[in-house]
Amino acid sequence: MSDLVKLIIDGVEVEVPKGTLIVDAAKQIGNDIPVFCYHPKLEPVGMCRMCLVEVGFPMRDRATGEFVLDENGKPKLNFGRGLQTACTTPVGEGIEVRTTTEPVKDAQSSVLEFLLSSHPLDCPICDKGGECPLQNLTMQHGHGTTRMVYSDKLHLNKHVPLGELIYLDQERCIQCARCIRFQEEVVDDPVIRFHNRGRRTEIVTMSDPGFNSYWSGNTTDICPVGALTTADFRFGARPWEMKPAASLCTHCPVGCNTTFSTRREAKSGGKHVIKRVMPRQNEWVNELWMCDKGRFGHHYAADSAARLKRPLIRKNGELVEVSWSEALDFAAGKLQQYGTAVAGLSGDRLSNEDLFQFQKLFRKGLKSHNIDLAARRLAGGDVVAKVGLSSGSNLKELGKGDAIIVVASDLHEEAPVWWLRVKQAAERGAALIVLNVRSTRLDKYASHVRHYAPGQAVDAVRQLVNFAKVEGDSNGDALSAAAETAANANNLVIFYGSEGVDYEETAVIAQHLANLLLMKNGDGHAGRPNNGLIPVWPHNNTQGAWDMGVHPAFGPGYAALETPGLNAAAIYEGAANGEIKALFVMGADPVGDGLMADRGQLEFLAVQELFLTETAQLADVVLPAQSWAEREGTFTSGERRVQRYYPAVLPIGDNKADWQILAEIGERVGLGKPAFAASLIFNEVAKAVTQYKGMDYRTLAQVVKQWPDVGGEDGYYAGNAQKNRAGLGQVWASAAESGDAVAYDVAETAVHVNDGLALIRTAALYTPGTLISQSDVLADRLAQPTISLNAQDAAQMELAEGDLIDVNVAGDTIAALVHINNTPAGLMLLSGVPYVAGTAVAQIGQEIKD
Amino acid sequence: MAHILLRHRDVENIHKLDVYRANGGYEGLKKALTEMTPAEVIDVVRASGLRGRGGAGFPTGIKWGFIPKDAEEVYILINTDESETGTFKDRELSEKNPHQVIEGAIIAAYAVGAKRIYNYFRGEFMDAGYAMEEAVQECYANGLLGENILGTDFSCDFVCHYGAGAYICGEETALIKSLEGERGQPWSKPPFPAIEGLYSKPTVVNNTETMANVPQILVNGAEWYTSMGTEKSTGPKIVCMSGHVENPGNYEVIMGTTYRELIEMAGGMRDGKAFKALLPSGGSGPVITADALDAPLTYEGLDAHNSVMGSASVIVMDETTDMVWAAQKMIHFFHHESCGKCTPCREGTFWMEKVLHRLMNGQGTEKDIETLNSVAAQMKGRTLCALGEFAINPVLSTIRLFPEEYKAKVKNSQSEDWEKALATQ
Repeated sequence: MSDLVKLIIDGVEVEVPKGTLIVDAAKQIGNDIPVFCYHPKLEPVGMCRMCLVEVGFPMRDRATGEFVLDENGKPKLNFGRGLQTACTTPVGEGIEVRTTTEPVKDAQSSVLEFLLSSHPLDCPICDKGGECPLQNLTMQHGHGTTRMVYSDKLHLNKHVPLGELIYLDQERCIQCARCIRFQEEVVDDPVIRFHNRGRRTEIVTMSDPGFNSYWSGNTTDICPVGALTTADFRFGARPWEMKPAASLCTHCPVGCNTTFSTRREAKSGGKHVIKRVMPRQNEWVNELWMCDKGRFGHHYAADSAARLKRPLIRKNGELVEVSWSEALDFAAGKLQQYGTAVAGLSGDRLSNEDLFQFQKLFRKGLKSHNIDLAARRLAGGDVVAKVGLSSGSNLKELGKGDAIIVVASDLHEEAPVWWLRVKQAAERGAALIVLNVRSTRLDKYASHVRHYAPGQAVDAVRQLVNFAKVEGDSNGDALSAAAETAANANNLVIFYGSEGVDYEETAVIAQHLANLLLMKNGDGHAGRPNNGLIPVWPHNNTQGAWDMGVHPAFGPGYAALETPGLNAAAIYEGAANGEIKALFVMGADPVGDGLMADRGQLEFLAVQELFLTETAQLADVVLPAQSWAEREGTFTSGERRVQRYYPAVLPIGDNKADWQILAEIGERVGLGKPAFAASLIFNEVAKAVTQYKGMDYRTLAQVVKQWPDVGGEDGYYAGNAQKNRAGLGQVWASAAESGDAVAYDVAETAVHVNDGLALIRTAALYTPGTLISQSDVLADRLAQPTISLNAQDAAQMELAEGDLIDVNVAGDTIAALVHINNTPAGLMLLSGVPYVAGTAVAQIGQEIKD
Repeated sequence: MAHILLRHRDVENIHKLDVYRANGGYEGLKKALTEMTPAEVIDVVRASGLRGRGGAGFPTGIKWGFIPKDAEEVYILINTDESETGTFKDRELSEKNPHQVIEGAIIAAYAVGAKRIYNYFRGEFMDAGYAMEEAVQECYANGLLGENILGTDFSCDFVCHYGAGAYICGEETALIKSLEGERGQPWSKPPFPAIEGLYSKPTVVNNTETMANVPQILVNGAEWYTSMGTEKSTGPKIVCMSGHVENPGNYEVIMGTTYRELIEMAGGMRDGKAFKALLPSGGSGPVITADALDAPLTYEGLDAHNSVMGSASVIVMDETTDMVWAAQKMIHFFHHESCGKCTPCREGTFWMEKVLHRLMNGQGTEKDIETLNSVAAQMKGRTLCALGEFAINPVLSTIRLFPEEYKAKVKNSQSEDWEKALATQ
C-alpha cells in the first residue's frame, strides 16, 4: 500500500504522505489556510476554529464497503459532516477540501469577529502591529466593522509581567495556547499555564522567578498577537521601521541562525541600533528556536558604552589614544624585535577570517608556531576532523533505533538548542546514554545513565567502548547494556564535553569515542549521515579555530607540523619566566580569567579587544576591534557547519575588523598588501584549509525551501525575521566520510583518585562574564556562585543550605551560596563562576578557605 | 408499575448489598460472567436497543463494540458529572441504588475486557459519592469487585473520583482530561475515547443511568427490554421534572410517554397557572411550546419541534415566565461554564450574555435582537465540543417562538441617550 495519499484542495490535486494534516497539505501547494492556534512545531489542538474548511469524504456503501460512485464513475463525496478544522484533520485518499466557499468564508469571518470582540484593537501602539497574524488575517478574512458595542468589551490588564523578561497584555491574548504548548511540549518547561476558564481564562506563570525558562523569548515569536512581548524590545520600535540583518549567535557552539532587527535612531545620534534578535529558520541547526541568552545577551556588541573606540598606546605609564598608523607601526615593530620569543593567544569567539589571518601573521610573518587558544578547555579537534558528525546529518532525523551518547556535558546549560534536539530525539524513541559525574537535565530523557566517580570519566568511557567491542556479552551492568545499545544502533551520535575533566583527558575521551564510531572495520557508524562525534566546544567558533590552525601543532586544515610551537600553558609559563618576550592577545582576557597573574617578564604585550579588559589594562598597545555585529564573516559550528553572518550596524568609533588589523600588521612585517574584504580572506581559507574546498561566500549564502514553510500569509509567524534568505551554511566532510579514518591506539591512562571531596565546576547558562554582563535585562537571571553538595557531606563540613562561604576561584575569593541537593557523595559542584581549564578536579582544602 | 431503575422506591434499603442481592441483584453479573462470552454480552445490549442516557443517545452496545478486541488495557468510565441544569437523576441513582450502577459497570467491564472502572462524580456530589463508595466497599468484601469476581477468572477494580464541579467535565473528553489531573477541557475528536481515551487507552464512557439499565437487560433479556418503549427508543427513562409543576422530582416512565402526561404525573401546573413552555433537556435543548406537549418522550420525538429529549430534564414554565429572562439565565450558565478553549463558545457566550443583560435592563435595541440571533447562529457547527453547540439553543428557540417578548423589551426601553450613543458609534 502506498504511503502517499492523493486529495483535491480547491480543485488542485496534491499528493502528500499519509497522516499529513490538511493544513500542511494545502500549504504545500501555496494555499495558506488561516490559523491561529496551529503551529507546525506543536501538536494540533483545533481550538481557535480559524481553519474551518469544507471536507468531502468519499462515501462507502455500508453493505459492501465499496465506494459509492456518481454518474461519472467517480466516488461520491459526503460534505455533510459540517466544517472541519484543517489543522486536526488528516488527509484521506480521495477527499476533497474546499477552502474558499461561502460557508468557509462565513466561518472565518465569524471566528475573527469573535476574536476581535474582546481584542483591544490597539494596533497603533502594539509591538506586533505590522507583522501580526491577527491583523493580517483580519484584513484578508474579516469584517470591516464590529457589531460589538464598545461598552460591552472586556477590559483587562495590559502590563502583566510573567517574570521580568516577558510581559503579558491580557487584552490582546486570544487564548490560542501556543506559548503554553511550546513550553510544555517543545521545551518541557511547563512554567506558564491557563488559569480560570471561559472568557476569564488568563495566562499565569507557575514559577519563581516568573517564567523561569531559558526559552521564554520564543513564545513572543510564535504569539500570533502582541500579547507576549519581551522586556528588551517592547515599545522599542515598529516592525516596518526595522531592517533585518542575518547573523549568528555567538554564545555557544550550536551556531543558531539569528536575525538582528535594526533601525537608525535619533537618540543614538542617527546610528543603527539593534532593537531585537530573533531566530532565523535553519532546520538543520536551530529550526525556529533560540535560547534567551542568545536573544537577550547581544547588548555587548553594539550598545555598550564600555566598548573601545580608538587605538591606545602606553605612554609614560598611561594608555593614550593614538592614530591607527602609529599603533600598527608600533605593534609591528615590537613583534619583530624578539625573534622566536614571540607568541600569540586568541579567543575562540572570533571569525574564521580573523583566526586564519592570526595564524598567518605568526606563521608566515613572524615565523613562529607559538600560537594557541588562550583558554583551552576541550581537546580533540583533530579527532573530530576524522569522525565528526557527517555532512548531510540532521539531529531532527534521529529517533527510534538510533542512539545518542552524551559524555561529560550539561547540554542544557552549555548548548541549550543541542539539549532540546537531543531531548526531542529521545522523545521520538532514540536511546539516550548519559555519562557524567552527576545528574543533569538530560537524565530525565535518558535510557541509560552512568554517574562515574570523580576523576574516572576516561575510565568509564574506555569501559563503554570495550563493552561495545564484545558483541552480545551484556553482563547486566548498566554500562554494558548501554554499550550494546550504542553498538547496535542504526545511527550513533556522540557529544563529549569537558565537565569535570581536564584538557588532556578530553583528548583521550575523544579518541575512545572515535573508536566506538569506527568499530566494525569501516562498517561502523562513522562516515554515514546522522552519525559522528560532536564536541561541546566552550565557544561559538572553537571549531573554526581548530580548522584555521590556531594550534601549536597543526596548521590550517589539520596539517601536522614537524616542529610544534609552544602551547598556551607553555606560553603563560614563558611569559612568567622571560622565555617569551612579546605576546599578542586577541579576543581573550587571560589575566581576567586567572590564567596569567600579570605581565610577568613580558617586554611587549599587545591586546586586540572590544573592551579594556584586565589584560588590556596591562598592555603596551590596545587595538580596538569590531564586534561581529559590525561586519561580516563566518563561524563554524560544533557540527562543522560553516555559516555566514552579515553586518547589522555601522562600526563603533574607528574600530576595524580583527582580520583587517592583523592584515595591516602583516603588511608591515612583509606579508604584502592586505585583503580588503572578509570574503577574499575566506577564499584564501578555502584554498589553505582543504576541508573548506569549494566554499565561498556565495555557496554559504545558498538557501533551499525549508519545511515548515514560515513564509506566506497563514500566520505561523507573519514577521520578517524568521525566514531564512541569507544562507544555510555548509558542513565540511569528515575524513571518515571518504573512508579515510582508522581507529586510534589509545594509551592507558592512570585513574585519578581523590582524597576527600572532589570539586567540579559545572556550567550555568547565565554565568556572569564580560559579555553577558552588558545585558541589563538579564541582570536578575545571572547565576549566583553556588556550591552544591549532598546533605551528608554538608553535615560533615558543618555547612547548611543558604550559607555563604568563601571560595577561591582563579585567584579571586568569591562568596558562594551553599545548596544542598542530590550531588553524589564525595563531590562538590561549583557553578556560577567562570570556567577555569585544567583544574577541573581539585582538593577541597585548596579551594575553600574559611 | 414497579420501578426498574428507581427500585429503591419499591424496596427499602436496596442500597445495602444483602437487600440488593435478595432482590435479584448481581444475578445479571453472575449470568454474564458464568454463562456468556463478552461478545454475547455486547450482543444482548446491542439487541436491547439501549441508548446513552446522558443525552446524546448513542447506542450503548455499539459503543462497547468499538473497543479494539486486542487492547491490553481498557477502562470503563462512569459519567456522574451530572451538571445539566434541571438534571438530578444520576444523583438519586447513586445515592439510593448504587449497586445497580456498579453491577452494570462490572458487566460493561467484562464485555470490553476492562480491569478498572472509574466513577467520576461532580465535585458537589459528596453524598452520592459516599453512598457509592460504601457500596463499592461491600462489593470488595463480598467478592464482587477485586480479584476473581464471583469465583471466576474475571477481576476488576472500581475507583470513585470527585471533580471540582465543572459542567464541561460532563463532556467525555474533558472528563477524561480532568480525571488525568489536567485542565478539564475537551479535545477535538478524533481520537474518540473508544480508541484513545483515559491515559490514551481505549475507554468506554457511559452515563450513570445507562449503567443502571444494564443488569436487568442481562437478567430479563433484550426482548423484555425492547417490549418497552418505541422501536428506536426502548426501555425505561428517568425524567427530572422541575420548574412550575406541583411535584417536582424524578419520575421513571417508559419511553414514549408524552410531555403532557409527564406534567400530569408531576401534579400538573403549579397553582393552576397556564402552561407556557418547557425546556425538555435542561438548558441545552431548544424550548418547546404547548403544540409539542403531545409529542412522545423519545430520542426522535421532538424532531418535528426542532428540539431534543436529551437527558430528559424537563423544566416547565408557566404563563408568568419572561422568556427573555429565561434565556438570559441559561446563557449566564453557559457563559459561566464555558471552558474557554475554543473561540466561538468563549466569546459567543460572553457576548450573548452582554446583549441579553442589556435587553433585560431596558437598554436593548432591535439591532440587539438581530445581533443575538446571528451571534448564536455564528457559533453553530463551529465549536470544538457540544457545549458551545447547545448553548445557543435557549436563545435561538426563544427568539423563534417568542419574538414579541424580545420586541417588547426593546419598545419599552428606547431611551434618547441610547439612540444618541448608537448614532455616534
